[in-house]
Amino acid sequence: MAEKTQVLRIKRQETPNSEPYYEEFEVPYLPHHNIVSMLMEIRRNPVTRQGKRVAPPVFNANCLEEVCGACTMVINGRVRQACSQLANSLHGPVTVEPMTKFPVVRDLWVDRSTMFASLKKARAWIPIDGTYDLGPGPKVAPEVQQFAYLFSRCMTCGCCLEACPQINSHSKFMGASVIGQVYLMSQHPTGKMNLEERLAAMMGEGGVADCGNAQNCVEVCPKEIPLTTAISAIGRQTTIKWLRDLFMK
Amino acid sequence: MPGHHIIVGGGLAGLTAAMKLAEQGEQVDLFSIVPVKRSHSVCAQGGINGAVNTKGEGDSPMIHFDDSIYGGDFLAHQPPVKAMCEAAPAIIYLFDRMGVMFNRTPEGLLDFRRFGGTKHHRTAFAGATTGQQLLYALDEQVRRYEAAGLVRKFEGWEMLSLVQDESGNCRGIVAIDTRSLEMQAFPADTTLIATGGPGLVFGRSTQSLVCTGSAVSACYQAGTTYANGEFVQVHPTAMQGEDKNRLISESIRGEGGRVWTYRDGKPWYFLEDMYPAYGNLVPRDIATRAIHKVVYEMKLGVDGNPLVYLDVSHLDPEELQRKVAGVLEIYEKFAGQDPRKVPMKIFPAMHYSMGGLWVDYHQQTNVPGLFAAGECDFQYHGANRLGANSLLSCIHAGNICEPAMINYAKSHKSAASSQIFDQELKRQRESFDHIFKLSGPENAFAVWRELGDIMTENVTVVRYNDKLKATDNKLLELKDRWSRIGLNDKGKWANQEVLFVRQLWNMLELARPMTLGALNRNESRGAHYKPDFPERDDQNFMKTTMAAWSSDGPRFSWEPVDVSLIKPRPRRYDIEKSAA
Repeated sequence: MAEKTQVLRIKRQETPNSEPYYEEFEVPYLPHHNIVSMLMEIRRNPVTRQGKRVAPPVFNANCLEEVCGACTMVINGRVRQACSQLANSLHGPVTVEPMTKFPVVRDLWVDRSTMFASLKKARAWIPIDGTYDLGPGPKVAPEVQQFAYLFSRCMTCGCCLEACPQINSHSKFMGASVIGQVYLMSQHPTGKMNLEERLAAMMGEGGVADCGNAQNCVEVCPKEIPLTTAISAIGRQTTIKWLRDLFMK
Repeated sequence: MPGHHIIVGGGLAGLTAAMKLAEQGEQVDLFSIVPVKRSHSVCAQGGINGAVNTKGEGDSPMIHFDDSIYGGDFLAHQPPVKAMCEAAPAIIYLFDRMGVMFNRTPEGLLDFRRFGGTKHHRTAFAGATTGQQLLYALDEQVRRYEAAGLVRKFEGWEMLSLVQDESGNCRGIVAIDTRSLEMQAFPADTTLIATGGPGLVFGRSTQSLVCTGSAVSACYQAGTTYANGEFVQVHPTAMQGEDKNRLISESIRGEGGRVWTYRDGKPWYFLEDMYPAYGNLVPRDIATRAIHKVVYEMKLGVDGNPLVYLDVSHLDPEELQRKVAGVLEIYEKFAGQDPRKVPMKIFPAMHYSMGGLWVDYHQQTNVPGLFAAGECDFQYHGANRLGANSLLSCIHAGNICEPAMINYAKSHKSAASSQIFDQELKRQRESFDHIFKLSGPENAFAVWRELGDIMTENVTVVRYNDKLKATDNKLLELKDRWSRIGLNDKGKWANQEVLFVRQLWNMLELARPMTLGALNRNESRGAHYKPDFPERDDQNFMKTTMAAWSSDGPRFSWEPVDVSLIKPRPRRYDIEKSAA
């Protein structure tokens, strides 16, 4: 009996501006394989199903535990981390493609630096006075911590942007991830103090008003972050701020 | 005039130093292969130690210090470890102020849990993704300084080598853009290496794919001393995988998880049996050797496989959810079984290098102007690291770099000639030209697998001198075969293979001081265990191994350990620890 194998159909693109194409590889089936370990298998012998020796597929991956967000790809049409997609839950050939909402660097590697730029724009940090010893931080109720913790696990992986219909070449929408981070900062007693300036960023170009309420973000988030809760809360707070700014002027 | 500093690596140590330097108005260029938010620090799960003593147990930094020195089997220099333990409570408070969502007590104070090698609740934690949470808080603070123009990030860049002047002082680095493969020389007053551990030298470890140790190896090959390379921590509880071994945090045992296997048809909780004083919370080297003994000597592995059980199925699911959900989710996702119901199957895996670049008490290496902090330095963990001390040592080392780097920059302002940068750039370009021409039959990734297999077999849990010698011979063979690698990718854009071929050479170089350091050390201490020399030998080996690179292989010298604060005593975990 022939050895059981798994077929990977990989979308490849040599440079940011060249034409994409697909190549198929066949790797031995192992139940504990995942997409990344199969890509690593291909690197050891980068020969297509047609027997052609090619450059090994280029991809991003790091922690392989679904906490760093690096290996996010589109697998059989669904965006997710490649490391946690196990072989034993796949049936038939699997198609692996780069995310479509970010510029391709090469093959499966995309450039997600816009997401980090959004965090900068939203001023998503706690403005502490200094790193010198100022004693303990503020008390936080366990319930508040448990709720905020849900949002603090965002890996900036980009799944929510990939799935969002509002993110396209005609829009500047920053996406759900950064709104979740602004909401997270507003849960912290110190972070709350600077909520206004973060809300101002959320009211600007590409802010929360661009959300079309498709709710795909919360569907695809690998960490099950309640992103729609954050979007509606920040949406409400920006409306209040808008009205207040209007009458206070 | 502010100093100008290079930091290589954007994990906890590198980001801490970047934040501290920028706070003082210094200019920082931060280099990282991955966006810093994806650094390996995210994998740390269990927590960070600090004797805050919120549980009325009478804990103190001095007890933390004693636990750490004892846990490290008296190989760490004691003054810097003491300083770290004293700094720990303030470090935890700082991160709390920066917004880390640490777990809380009902009163809203920081909660602490137990970890291995201590009797105290000393570990602050944010669920079971503490490293990720601490890293994100630093990432945010550094982004704040990036927005203010004090930090320039070079993400997607890899450091290739140091630039040194005629007197050997470090004057900057040469780095490569991993997309365009363009190389550039970057001058600076000081350079900090904060590139983490060398897990990939062991093939599959609990470490991330960027943890090749390549930057550290480049420093070593340029004359930086590599210390205690033979001390490699093998974590007792990991899931075995095809691509990596996934850590199952010690916090699982800290929260009441039990390790067992079947003996005579009944569960045998062998750690509790062998070490009644500490039970499942013995330090990692002890637990790892016990599992090896049960599996290989007693042949009691689960279903005859090299596996034992780690069990939380008896614990309250709600409490598990609050405190360790992140770890249990990893197991569930990758094993396809719910650990709340079925015991996890685990086995030890390479996890951490206690060894690293030699540094003085201000984190400076023997190369003037070159500093190191984090897992890549050798300073804080002796022969075995206690759980939850690594996040602490990364942050503490990053903290104390700051004044030392600023002082160095102030006193060494003389401008280096541009010639040294051009020369180093030329050397690196030639080295890449050479790699691009490789056209032999060997595959770099297959050679790497062989390296990992032999290092894991012979230079981890149990060490024999004949096997260590054979391993070094194999390393020489692999170096020879490296020159017969054939590149599959000749592209000049985002070519990951050519970068890996270079990293592989550096891994092969770094594997030698690890292997030969172990060969030289004829005793057993902490994570270094030789059945032929089962006792600790303070008379001959209470000393730091110092390896200097030469073209004929590492040259070794030894440095006495500063044991001026706590007198060495036998290390045992079957009975209560005696007073210091």
